[in-house]
Amino acid sequence: MGEESFLRIPARLEGMDLILSFVSYLLDAHGCTPQARTQLRMAVEELYVNVTLYAYPSGEEGWAEIRGCVENGTATFRLIDGGVPFNPLEKEDPDIMLSGEERGIGGLGIYMVKTMVDEVEYEYRDGCNQLLLKRKI
Amino acid sequence: MMNIIQNRNNNQLVIVLEGRLDISTAPDLDKVVNNDLDGVTELVFDLEKLDYISSVGLRVLLFAQKKMNRQGSMKVINVNEMVMDVFAAMGFADIMKIEQK
Repeated sequence: MGEESFLRIPARLEGMDLILSFVSYLLDAHGCTPQARTQLRMAVEELYVNVTLYAYPSGEEGWAEIRGCVENGTATFRLIDGGVPFNPLEKEDPDIMLSGEERGIGGLGIYMVKTMVDEVEYEYRDGCNQLLLKRKI
Repeated sequence: MMNIIQNRNNNQLVIVLEGRLDISTAPDLDKVVNNDLDGVTELVFDLEKLDYISSVGLRVLLFAQKKMNRQGSMKVINVNEMVMDVFAAMGFADIMKIEQK
């Protein structure tokens, strides 16, 4: 395992720039294709939005942590929160062809994550939600 | 940050999006799609200056498409490579008229 860096901040949408700066900083230090950089940032953005919106009961201020390392040309990021246990990967992939009025086309974000990275895994460990992303850079 | 520029010409509405369509800007576009499409039979999204789209942005475009399926037609033009990658990966190319830059 390469050396892992991490950043822990209050789980608020305003923290998005910090989280994405962390991702870019780590990737740029290792040399990364523009496409991998964009897609990893997009994937992390989707997951972090979910943490800020849904991980904690409304009114409760929680935290989010991102950990990352690059080894053998593969970036690994883990996004961790101490909120309600929830595995977003269990959601079925959305059917965007479905016609009708419904606004609630759920699962687009997590589906996007799946298309942007090589591996995504969920784990509930030590009282925390952990989403792991891996992608070749 | 995102700018939304609307050019209405009779039944045609061209919506130019500039900047980032993400969680902080999508609600503004959602309002436009909800409130400003009365009488529109031809809706065009010009994405030439759109730098970024996230899933909430895709959701608004999907809603616009469903609305336009009932009242006319919709197309998305001047799509750059980065946004096109997202459309392709998400299967949007199959349900929307999309023209690349």
